[in-house]
Formats: sequence, structure tokens, C-alpha cells
Amino acid sequence: MQPANLLLLILVLALVAYGLGYSRSRSLAMPMGGIRHLKSLPFYYGARAALWCGIPALIVLGLWAAFQGKVIQLMVVGSLPPEMVPSGAGEASLMLSKISNVASGALPAGFVEPPIAAAAERLTALRAESRLFMSALVISVAVLAGFLGWLRIRPRLNARSQVESILKWLFFSSAALAILTTMGIIFSVAFETIRFFGKVPFTEFFFGTQWSPQTALRADQVAAEGAFGMIPLFTGTLLISAIAMVVAVPVGLLSAIYLSEYANRNVRGVVKPLLEMLAGIPTVVYGFFAALTVAPFISDLAASLGIEASSQTALAAGGVMGIMIIPFVSSLSDDVINAVPQTLRDGSLALGATQSETMKKVIFPAALPGIMGGVLLAVSRAIGETMIVVMAAGLAANLTANPLETVTTVTVQIVTLLTGDQEFDSAKTLAAFALGAMLFLATLLLNVIALKIVRKYREQYD
Amino acid sequence: MTDQPSQAELVRQSLKRRYRKERRFRAYGILAIAIALSALVILFTDIIGKGYTGFLKTTITMEVNLDGEMMFLDDPTDARQLKMADFVEPLVQALIKEIPGATEKDRDAVRGLINPYASVTLRDELKAHPDWLGSTRTMTFLSHTDVDVYVKHAGDGGYSIKLDDQQKVWVDQLRERGAIETSFNDVFFSGGDSRDPSKAGILGAIVGSLLTMFITLILSFPIGVSAAIYLEEFAPQNKFTDFIEVNINNLAAVPSIIFGLLGLAVFINLFGMPRSVPVVGGLVLTLMTLPTIIISSRAAIKSVPPSIREAAEGIGASKMQVVLHHVLPLAMPGMLTGSIIGMAQALGETAPLLLIGMVAFIVDVPEGLFDSATVLPVQVFLWAGSPELAFIERASAAIMVLLAFLISMNALAVWLRKRLERRW
Repeated sequence: MQPANLLLLILVLALVAYGLGYSRSRSLAMPMGGIRHLKSLPFYYGARAALWCGIPALIVLGLWAAFQGKVIQLMVVGSLPPEMVPSGAGEASLMLSKISNVASGALPAGFVEPPIAAAAERLTALRAESRLFMSALVISVAVLAGFLGWLRIRPRLNARSQVESILKWLFFSSAALAILTTMGIIFSVAFETIRFFGKVPFTEFFFGTQWSPQTALRADQVAAEGAFGMIPLFTGTLLISAIAMVVAVPVGLLSAIYLSEYANRNVRGVVKPLLEMLAGIPTVVYGFFAALTVAPFISDLAASLGIEASSQTALAAGGVMGIMIIPFVSSLSDDVINAVPQTLRDGSLALGATQSETMKKVIFPAALPGIMGGVLLAVSRAIGETMIVVMAAGLAANLTANPLETVTTVTVQIVTLLTGDQEFDSAKTLAAFALGAMLFLATLLLNVIALKIVRKYREQYD
Repeated sequence: MTDQPSQAELVRQSLKRRYRKERRFRAYGILAIAIALSALVILFTDIIGKGYTGFLKTTITMEVNLDGEMMFLDDPTDARQLKMADFVEPLVQALIKEIPGATEKDRDAVRGLINPYASVTLRDELKAHPDWLGSTRTMTFLSHTDVDVYVKHAGDGGYSIKLDDQQKVWVDQLRERGAIETSFNDVFFSGGDSRDPSKAGILGAIVGSLLTMFITLILSFPIGVSAAIYLEEFAPQNKFTDFIEVNINNLAAVPSIIFGLLGLAVFINLFGMPRSVPVVGGLVLTLMTLPTIIISSRAAIKSVPPSIREAAEGIGASKMQVVLHHVLPLAMPGMLTGSIIGMAQALGETAPLLLIGMVAFIVDVPEGLFDSATVLPVQVFLWAGSPELAFIERASAAIMVLLAFLISMNALAVWLRKRLERRW
């Protein structure tokens, strides 16, 4: 049975358990003279039976569904004759995809070596068996646990507190999922990064000025020596982020000031949601706009001015990214400016300062730390932005500060290294995870600092 | 009296200067807003200008003589014969007859006007109506992509016209007679991706997006709401709770591509799940949207006044009953709007899906959660990177569909908030 169908079946079984638990508690209560002699309402007895039935079954189903793919793969590879057993991880993934292609019928069995065809048959059989065992196991766990839960219904049983504590645990585990996700991120990039540094020396990655991850596919191949220096990628990322901030900070900040200090309610009510629309547009749309409209426009403009510019420029990607970031800067600054107490404004205005003087000399300095926090968050966003740069910034790793040249960024390289077929032991693939680790650390650092600043500042006037 | 200007005069002069500064500062603010809004307007007009033609298709209507001898076909119910038969010839002959001055030796140029898939359409028609064999019928076919581009973009420098001069004259003649016309592009909404722009559609991507969103919704909404309930109502004030909070805030600001790396390493490599399927995409997007949903749900719970809780506790409800019977229903509208906004973000997300292999070229409309699929933004990405210019208008049209989805989701969120908002 498909996992999705099993899920539905579990739901049905849990509902049945609910009904049975409910009616049993009522029938137990009847001879005693009504449900007021029960420790909890019948609803809780039913809910308890449903939880007993559903939760263990769901756990079994989840674990089985998560690990069956890997276990079956290992069993299939293990069943190959010794001379066919793949030596490296790359070869293994190649062979696995071949086997699964044969099994799915995409590749006729006659075209491959007999052991592979046999392995494909074994794969199909194992999959069917696994599905059968899973269904049997899940259903029997659900029925058994549900029955036990049903059997143990007693009038003296405090079903409500049991149900509530189970629910509380469920709520807790949902919240703890955040930690699990963070750990998942850290472990998934950390392991591959360590493996990467086993192949490429530390110093080359951090201080190398060459980035060309094309590694040799065959041992005897010439002219495909990979170079993994991340400096050009980080300068490219910083260049594009800097351009984005040059666009976003003044525009965002000035609009926030105008909207919070000058504009009347109606203007504010119209302009603010319009500005926030900029943040809601998917990044792939910005990427499309940058690559197909802005980049050609910039290179044509540069050509007509007699300046040399490539067709994909850092300026196009950075400029469009800046437009995307405007609402982040403006709404965060808006919050911070509004948090400055009115007394400061009134005091300054009462001394005869104009509104702009009040803004520049009183409110802006008071709001500055909060605004800095917002800008740092925007920088972290710019560094991690992917689609705009993938579509508009280019792939050549140039070490340059010229905004009219092609540069590449960390996120672009992660995407290009990991899309398409890949083997999981080449330095090329592992490099993407090392870059991911650097990206995660850099943005984490920025976020922690920014969140600290923003939070600390917001508390000041509260 | 001295020559020195008086104090009042000095103030007046400086006041002038200060008022000028004031006006200038105000103007900067207006300018900034104008820049931001004009960027929005340019973006929209650019995409609409590029993409509205994507909603049109060009078709050729002609009288086709379904002569069995010409097609090497005498029994349309025989699958083997259908496979071997020539369905291009009747189309070419029909078009030669339509075009005055075209002769047998122009057949290659004439053939360049008809879509390569037109013969497939003809075969399917004959299969459905075997009795048509031998008759002459008026039928409508998709034109070749080059004709489509010429008809839509003849005066537009951005597109290169691949038709030669004679073909252009023919197309103009056929248009005047009404044999070639443009109409609403239903093909665009009824099929999957294709190598041929005139045949490419977004239905596959829309279904893929819906399946992915389904997984994201059924996982992230309950988990996000329960996490928010725990943190707001049950969590003790200790280091561990603080740690969870810090984690959630950080996850909300982690670049989306990092979630793609997580999905690749954990779901695909560790668990051995298949690549490019909605389930994995949905799981990755769930992890990505959870922080957004948790944060907005917490805000919604916070806005429920303590008096409600106290009243419920006062009549003897347990903590869990207070939460489930009183706080949760009151906070639900806020949670829903927050979740819709989170879902809208997930719907537009592309980067993490690239890493888990949802960039594959997929022609079929996915039928289940474990079928290979692509999603709308990824389809836009694929078409935008295509060397064939005719895909650009499809990409813009797909963007318009995507934006329509997003705007309606956001409008729904705003409407819900307005409708269900409660003042205490």
C-alpha cells in the first residue's frame, strides 16, 4: 500500500478507535448512573484511544518510509556478484540509477549486463515486499495499540490529563523541530565540508584566488585541474551586495522617513502596501527582469557611452536585487522610527527646529542602532539571494571591483555545482557544501548581530 | 543704527535657508518613493508587455483532403498502419492548395509553416474518427513557431524572424484571407513542457505546484500552530525555551538555498527518497516556511487578551482547555492570514527546489505525490534560460499566472484579516 493511502487508513482506524473508546466509556458509566461518575468526559476516553492507535502507527510509518529507500539500495548493491560491487560512491550512484532505470522500465533489461537485470528484479521484488511488510506492520501496530488503549479504559482513569499531556508533548516536539532543522542544516553541510577539506587543502580554499571547479572526469585527462579558491566568489558576492545596498538603503530609508513623518494617512495607506508588494514578488521574477530587461539595457547604455560592458553585469544583478530589498529596509526603518517616542519630536519642534532638522538631528540618531540592525538583515538577505544572481550575474569567477563586468557569487556556484548529475565523492560536489557552510556561517553571524541590535534597541523605550 | 543686519534680519535670512532645506528633504522622500514605485510599474509593464502575446496562439485553418492513398493508410483502426502512415503529406498538399502561386517544388518552404506536431494532431483525429478517411475536411492546426513569432512580433526588434521572404509573403496573404489567425492560447493551459514553444504549456507546472503546496500546507500549518501554542502558552522560562526561540528566529533568516542543501543531504542522500518529486519539495518548503508560520501564529496568540484566559480558568477549565477552547479559536484568523502569507512565499520559491532536482524537463502532467514534477517558478526559470526566444513570452505569461496566484492569495489574507478582525 502507498504511504499516502496508509496515512488515510491510520486516520480511519484512529476514528474507529475514537468511536469504540467513546462508547465503551459510556457503557461503563451507564450501570454507575451516568457519565458524571466517570473521571473524565467520554470525549477524552475516545481521544485517548485514538491517540493510542494513531501515534505509534504514525511513528512506525514515518521511520519505515524514511529509511526503506536507503536500506533497499544497500541490499540490492549487496546482492551483486563480488566483481560487480562498485568501488567508489560515484560508481555506486551510477549503478543504482542504472538498476532503478531497468526496474522502472525506462531501460530495457536486454541492454544491460545480466547481474544488473537480476538486481533490478530484486529491487522490484524488495520494494513490493517492503511495501507489504510496512502495511502489515503499520496496520497491526495501529490495531494492537488501539485495542490495548481500548481495553484499559476504566471509570477511574483520568483520560483528560493523559490526553492533555500527550498533546503537550506533541506541541513541544513541534517547537523542537526548529532545533532539529538547525541541526540538520549544520550536520548536512558539516560532514561534506570535512570531506571536502580532506581533498582540497584548507589554505587553498580560503586564500586561493582561482575558482574553476572543473575536475578531471578520467584519471588520464589533462587540463581539468580543479581550483577551489573562494576569494573571487566572496568578492563577487560582496560587490553585488554592495550595489544592492547602494540602491536599497537610501531609497528605503528616505521612503520610510517620508511615510512616517510627512505623509498623511491616505498616502501612507496606499504607498505602504505597494512598497511591500516589492517584497512579495518571487525572486525568479526579479531574475527574469534583471537578465532579460535590465542587463541588455545596461550593456547597450554602456556601449552607447563608449564604455566596455559584458552582457551579464554585476550592476544589473545588484541593482535589481536592491529594488527587491527596498521594502525590508523601509519597513524595518519605519518600525524603528515609529518607536522613537513622540516626546522627543515635540521637544525638538517646540525649540523651533523644522521637521527635517528634527528628523536629522534628533530622531535619526535615536533610531540609528535599530536602522543599522535592519540594514544588516538586508545585507544578509542580499548575500543569500540566489535566483537573481543565478539568472543575471554570470558564471565566470572574476576577481574584479568593476560593476560592469561579469562576476559570480557563492549561491550561483552552489546551484551550478549541484544541478544535474553528480557524484558524491568528487571535490566538485563537496565544494558546494563547503560554500554552503561558509554562506550559512556568514549569514548566521550577520543575523545574530542584527537581531541582537534590533531587539536591544526596541526595548529601550518600551 | 549700524551697518550690521539686525538679529531679526539674520533669523529671517537663515529661516529662508532652513525652509529651503526642509523642502529639499521632503522632495528627497518623495523622490525615493517615486523611484521604488516606478520600479514596480516598470517591472509589471515589462512583464505584461513581453508576456501578453504568450496567451495567444497562431493557427492555420485549411481544407485537408484525407486521401488514404496519399497517407499510405487504408484502415485507421489498425495501430500498426497508423504508426507507419504519412500524415505530413496531406497537410503540405492542403497548404499548397491554399497558397496561390505555391507549387510542388516549394514543399519544404510550405512545410516550414506548419507545426511539427500538426501531423500528430491529424493522426489522433483520424484515430478518433475513422470514417473521415477519404473525405475533405476543414481543420485547424497550430502554426509553426516561426510563423507564430512572425505574426506576433513582425515589427519588434527583440525577436529574430526566421522565415524567408517568400514565406513572409505567404503568411501575409493567408492572414488577409483569414486562414492564419491568432486566438486564445488554450494549449498553454492544457499541457506540460515541450521543446517546441508553441506546444509548451504550464498545466504540468501548476499541478506540480499544487501538489507541492498541498504537502507544505498539511505539514507546516499544524506543526507551526502547535509550536506557537507550546512557546506562548506552555513553555517554561528557561534556557532551552530561549534556545528554541533563537533557533526559530535564525531559521527565518537563513538563505533559502541552504534549505535546498539540507533537503539534498538528508531527504535524498540519507533517506534515499527520489529526486524531483513533490513530496521532497514539499518537505523542504515546509521546513522553510515553518518559522514564518510560527512567528505569525505567536503574534496572533499574543493578541488574545488575558481576560479571556482568566475567565476560562476561573470557571475551572484546565490549561489545555483554555487554549483549545478559547485562545485557539480567537487566534485562528491571525494564524490563517500568517500561514497564507507563508504559503505565498513558498509558492514563489525556486532556489531550494533547484537543488533537489525539480529542474528536470518534464512533459507529463504529474499524477501523484511521487511523480516527477516541476513547479511554476522553476518552469519560469527553465524557459527564461532557454536559447529559443519564443520561450521568453511563455516565461512572461507564466510569471503573470504565478503573480495572479500570489496576488489572489494575498488578497485572501487581507480579506480574511478584515473580515475576521476583532477589536478588544
